Amino acid sequence: MKPPVTEVGMIGWMKANLFNGWFNSILTLVVLYLLWLSVPPLINWALIDSYWFSTSDQCKAGNGACWSVITANIRFILFGFYPHDLQWRPLLAIVILITLLIYSQNRNHWKKYLFYTWLIGLFSMGLLLKGGLFGLEEVESNKWGGLPLTLLLSVFGLTAAYPVGVMLALGRQSKMPVIKSFSVVYIELIRGVPLISLLFMSSVVFPLFLPEGVSINNILRAQVAIILFTAAYIAEVVRGGLQGVGRGQYEAADSLGLNYFQTMRLVILPQALKIVIPPSVSILISAFKDTSLVVIIALYDLLKTTQTTLSDPKWMGFSAEAYIFVALIYFVCCFFMSNYSRRLERELDTSL
Amino acid sequence: MNTSAPEKIPFLRDPAKLAILYQILTLAGVGLLSYYLVNNTLSNLERQSISTGFSFLEREAAFEIGESLIQYSAADSYGRALVVGFLNTLIVSFIGIILTILLGTFLGIARLSSNWLLVKLSAIYIEFFQDIPVLLQLFFWYAFFYEILPSPREALNPISGLFLCNRGLAIGIPHWHQAFLYMIIAFVVSMIAVFFLRKWAAKRQAASGKIFPTFKVSLALLIGLPFFTWWLTGAPMEMNVPELSGFNFKGGINVSPEFAALLLGLVLYTAAFVAEVVRAGIQSVGKGQTEAAKSIGLKPGQVLNLVILPQALRVIVPPLTSQMLNLTKNSSLAVAIGFPDFVSVAGTTINQTGQAIEGVALIMIVYLVFSLSTSAVMNWYNKKVALVER
Repeated sequence: MKPPVTEVGMIGWMKANLFNGWFNSILTLVVLYLLWLSVPPLINWALIDSYWFSTSDQCKAGNGACWSVITANIRFILFGFYPHDLQWRPLLAIVILITLLIYSQNRNHWKKYLFYTWLIGLFSMGLLLKGGLFGLEEVESNKWGGLPLTLLLSVFGLTAAYPVGVMLALGRQSKMPVIKSFSVVYIELIRGVPLISLLFMSSVVFPLFLPEGVSINNILRAQVAIILFTAAYIAEVVRGGLQGVGRGQYEAADSLGLNYFQTMRLVILPQALKIVIPPSVSILISAFKDTSLVVIIALYDLLKTTQTTLSDPKWMGFSAEAYIFVALIYFVCCFFMSNYSRRLERELDTSL
Repeated sequence: MNTSAPEKIPFLRDPAKLAILYQILTLAGVGLLSYYLVNNTLSNLERQSISTGFSFLEREAAFEIGESLIQYSAADSYGRALVVGFLNTLIVSFIGIILTILLGTFLGIARLSSNWLLVKLSAIYIEFFQDIPVLLQLFFWYAFFYEILPSPREALNPISGLFLCNRGLAIGIPHWHQAFLYMIIAFVVSMIAVFFLRKWAAKRQAASGKIFPTFKVSLALLIGLPFFTWWLTGAPMEMNVPELSGFNFKGGINVSPEFAALLLGLVLYTAAFVAEVVRAGIQSVGKGQTEAAKSIGLKPGQVLNLVILPQALRVIVPPLTSQMLNLTKNSSLAVAIGFPDFVSVAGTTINQTGQAIEGVALIMIVYLVFSLSTSAVMNWYNKKVALVER
């Protein structure tokens, strides 16, 4: 005998998931009504009435979304003040980075050579941006901007912060009071203050620290602030990993006669760092989002180039469209990273 | 057979001695570095003839602040300006935290509901708002107020007494009346009464096993007593509704676009994280707990109150506090949209006086005090709710 039509197929699914009980039925109807009120006008605005390759006057005359603000200024938004005919270089750098990231996703590729590939990759990205070698024209760092700057700050920030964070975590676990207290004070201090205060520090206080006549460019200063900030968060994540390694591992290493550094390098850290891979990806995500704060100290990252475009009288008033575009870029990047971190968590979970 | 004296361990292989050596090296390193930095700083300050110290706090600030909870004018001191900024940070964080907890809890529960539509919508919300930098969201809402909303003349009026326009948000409130003071007093009195009632009820239950309907009685007290006072004092009903006069609204509460955008951005962003925290907390309580509680005859309200919530809260509260701290720290982004919070006022002060070190130090101290006091309260709470294990 077949089950009744109300229990299987589309109707059965709807009954089980949308209309189970009077409360859920009312809820479904209310939500559907709200969606009906909001979605069609939004689609109308964003897709049907919209302008994609028009002039700003045409946009101002119509009442749809003006995506032309993006298409007309895409090169400035993505690359900032980087010389116009050299913009293939940052583009190539981004392509290298994305290729490396996609290649590293597969855990079968996690071997020693991947580490060296990354070193070469990062170096060539830096070289492409900066130039000055192999016949590449040199581009001053104050002309760097847009998406490459955002990626540069977050990728280099995390790469440099990781070793610092691991050292801080080891320091915090150490039995030596002086080293332990320095680490604890540093970690708690940094985690207690907003990133913006460190960026302020890098832009107004740091120059005072340097001897007369020495100056460091402001991208590097912001980068240092981001590294110092991220390191404290990595330290806490790594500490969680260190605590997850059982006592027996330390004792076994001791009984083999390994000294502290050998114990850490050969026994503890390989296990601890494996545990903390997924939370490290979360830190990469927040570091990536946090780089947008450099707007406040007037670096031309993706957000700042967008704002600059919007301050052009021709394109004034189309902030919503421009910000939605930038939000989509951030969203796509973060969404892939967080999906990846969830997948890793599942794959690395060897417990039952 | 004579036992030889224990073999002498070479210096470089004795962990105890090495530890001392490492610590001395670290101390020396940090000491030298700070000496070098302080030395450079002092000579730089001298060259730029900037005086050190906090005496600048008493000088006249000479800049206006758009919004202030206390009386402030440009003739006041930098110290007072900073207090204004500090209060603005406090108020935005306080309101933000309350709204975030409400919205986040709602989203977290919606994420677990049995309604497919609601689950998907809240999942989309959570993923979307978590993945966009909060600063970008602030800019978006700021632009929303200034570019998309109409001028005061054509202000949106979704519900009576509430106006939305590019000058911000205006909400109608009741006219000030003596009765409200009495209502606040009545509320405080009923809170004290509830406190003693709970103590008494717990004692009675421990002694006799009889359960007193504490929750219903407390609710009745907390709502009833102020309401009764309001009725006794003549039930004042007059509303102070905002009205258009000139270019802006007068009367009621006026919220500036900066404040509204900041609050909106922070709440929508942080609520996505709070929702995940709430979801994880609720999921952490096993199904067996609910079933066991039902099987010993507890009512649904009691199951939630006595079994589920105490266990879920133990998981929820620590990450929730860190989200609240994040919200407070993120409120410093106000500087980017021109809301005069503490960081913004301190930034202006640094620009005007050149006292960069003192200014940044003040910012750090204020936020450190927030964080450290919160974590102190948290540790106390954690100790209180921790599982008692033998």
